[in-house]
Amino acid sequence: MILWQLFVSFARVGVLTFGGGYAMIPMLEREIVDRRGWATSEELMDYYAVGQCTPGVIAVNTATFIGYKTAGNLGGIVATLGVVFPSLLIITVIAGIIQNFSDIPAVKSAFAGIRVCVCVLIFNSVVKLWKGAVKDKATLVLCLLVFGLSVFFPISPIVFVVFCAAAGILFTRMGVRGK
Amino acid sequence: MKLLLTLFFEFFKTGLFAVGGGMATLPFLYDMSARHPDWFSTAQLADMVAVSESTPGPIGVNMATYVGFETGGIAGAVIATLGLVTPSIIVILIVARMLKAFRGNKTVDAVFYGLRPCSVGLIAAAGILVVKIALFRWDYVGPNEDWWRFFFNWKALILAAALLVLTRFIKATKKLHPVIFILASAAAGVLFSF
Repeated sequence: MILWQLFVSFARVGVLTFGGGYAMIPMLEREIVDRRGWATSEELMDYYAVGQCTPGVIAVNTATFIGYKTAGNLGGIVATLGVVFPSLLIITVIAGIIQNFSDIPAVKSAFAGIRVCVCVLIFNSVVKLWKGAVKDKATLVLCLLVFGLSVFFPISPIVFVVFCAAAGILFTRMGVRGK
Repeated sequence: MKLLLTLFFEFFKTGLFAVGGGMATLPFLYDMSARHPDWFSTAQLADMVAVSESTPGPIGVNMATYVGFETGGIAGAVIATLGLVTPSIIVILIVARMLKAFRGNKTVDAVFYGLRPCSVGLIAAAGILVVKIALFRWDYVGPNEDWWRFFFNWKALILAAALLVLTRFIKATKKLHPVIFILASAAAGVLFSF
């Protein structure tokens, strides 16, 4: 039963994710944190960070994490199959039936509209996640540093993740945490 | 059968070595089309990226499904997708098990204390990328004096402002499911030809 719920929930997240893995965050918040309570916002961020530096698609990595946490190995596999299931269906239909799908003017306009919505949804997620992540001066600096550098320079997320992990240990040892 | 095995192996490799999200699979797909010219061309690949970006689902998964379908039909689509996610499943299950064993460990806790603001920064930066293409029109930036009049995509900005108010400030609409706003935005895009 829990496996079926995992499959359905992640299929729902898969079908509602437009764009890259980051667009999935608002949907995960809604479905996994608010609706099912399978993970907290903080855990979601942890998985997202780990998913950045382990191989593979971030959406899949996050699904496997939450699935494992909820129902063990099988849960991880089922959640992953759930998140890819809508893609399999939709892409196969589009590839098989519609030629030049993304050149259709109505499709282009619809996605231009959706992108605007994705901006706002991500903004809302960032505001929400900020509260759980930025709790003192040290984390404020880290967050702004990562944001600023990754907007202006083509640095791999892995670099940031490794750096911030080290900074987390250092700040804790130095005792600046919570100040 | 041999084709399916090769497809699985190729996408397994992609899933294992592409680190950092869906778009990280792109260089692997270019390489694949160079080594298997009978599978798909680089021109086809551009179309596949466009479709993958304009359909629901993680982009990396969409691309694997598309390439798999073009190469080996429905079975190909399934096999390529499974190939892509298998390394993730294996690696994450191992990492998740290790994290569980070290839960409560002070160092692991300190690591995540540093990683959370990192995640927020990365998500915000990814959001800026979307803002750049969704709300502004960079092709108008140029020598013309009045480029700034066209630089702002006014229709998009108005929609963004409306969505912001609806999702943050109005009590009746704040708690609605995000998909409602996505569908409404798609409709607005078509109606007002964004």
